[in-house]
Amino acid sequence: MATKGIEESRRNFIRKAAAAGGLLATGLLNPFNAILYAVEKPTDPTKHWWGFGIDIEKCIGCGRCANACKEENNVPREPFYFRNWVEQYTIKNDGSVKVESPNGGIDGFVQTVPKEDIFKAFFVPKMCNHCYKSPCVQACPVGATYETPDGVVLVDETYCIGCRYCVQACPYGCRYIHPEKNTVDKCTLCYHRISKGKTTACVEVCPTQARIFGDLNDKNGELVKFLKEHTCLVLKPHLNTGSKLYYNGLNGEVR
Amino acid sequence: MPPQLKTLIPLFGAFIVLFLIARHFLVPVSFGELGHYRFNSIAENKEKAMNYAGKDACADCHDDKAAQLKSDVHSGLSCETCHGPGQAHTENPETVKLNKPDQRSFCGNCHSMNASRPKFMVQIELKEHNPDKKCIECHNPHQPWQLKE
Repeated sequence: MATKGIEESRRNFIRKAAAAGGLLATGLLNPFNAILYAVEKPTDPTKHWWGFGIDIEKCIGCGRCANACKEENNVPREPFYFRNWVEQYTIKNDGSVKVESPNGGIDGFVQTVPKEDIFKAFFVPKMCNHCYKSPCVQACPVGATYETPDGVVLVDETYCIGCRYCVQACPYGCRYIHPEKNTVDKCTLCYHRISKGKTTACVEVCPTQARIFGDLNDKNGELVKFLKEHTCLVLKPHLNTGSKLYYNGLNGEVR
Repeated sequence: MPPQLKTLIPLFGAFIVLFLIARHFLVPVSFGELGHYRFNSIAENKEKAMNYAGKDACADCHDDKAAQLKSDVHSGLSCETCHGPGQAHTENPETVKLNKPDQRSFCGNCHSMNASRPKFMVQIELKEHNPDKKCIECHNPHQPWQLKE
């Protein structure tokens, strides 16, 4: 009888300890659960939830978007600092893929592969995907990069310590360290323009309307119309980043 | 109360007060108001200066050129696509002038022959299509198919 009593009390003790431990663990770990604390699409239809669309079938590879971005946001002119850029994809008949982006496409593209060897060739403009479960935001150790309530990933220049964690965390390669400020810099979706009712600089200059900026929360908006009319995909969907940059005509070879 | 607590409680109290004072000075204003970031940073990002004025701003003064542009295949282009950022020009139209690119290579950014470009794009071989002339000697960039000669 005595042993049974001890067994029962031990069982009870383990039960209680496990419950208390579980509660403590969830309580302590919750603040680190970035998915739980990621911003969500506002349910109020009057609130903005900015997104972006790119129509690869319309892109002519003129590189004006990459140039305009540098002019608008004072991005250094050196050919390795970009907030947005254009890549030329050439799929050859033998199945190999050639990707080029000389100076981000600002000086124009030249097709170096002979025409008879080309199976398919197209341009892919790249920029920040403004993910709502951003790997870069989760990586920042000081809270210098964040998602605004309207779904734009921004950088707090005065608070960034330039540790480069976010540069590594971004699966799309959309961040760089500004050589003068020594802080990270990235596409802000022209936040200073869109909050004044203007469109972004890259959309403003695109000659073929291959770039669509809009509000995903606006059911009658231009971007929602674009998504309804086309079969759109995001880059690297398996990473579950919550990308809000939608491509029409995205080939499987695009990384 | 045990004597150990009598000495430890004030010590711990002092540590907590020091921590709160340090925290007050180290955590920036508005941090954590909406999330793990400085809320004021949103407003700072909004305040940055614009360099591109937008097509409507150009049409306010240059309505003749805007009408020309609208009448031909370049109607989808913004003025600033070719002329560059124009905000400074709208503020000081006399002193700040925009560039008028006339090099063949500039037109070639869109119109040089490249298999990657979509089929709807009008493309020429830059080296073969009147190589010693500037594009704008024949084509008015605002109305490309109204040939000058």
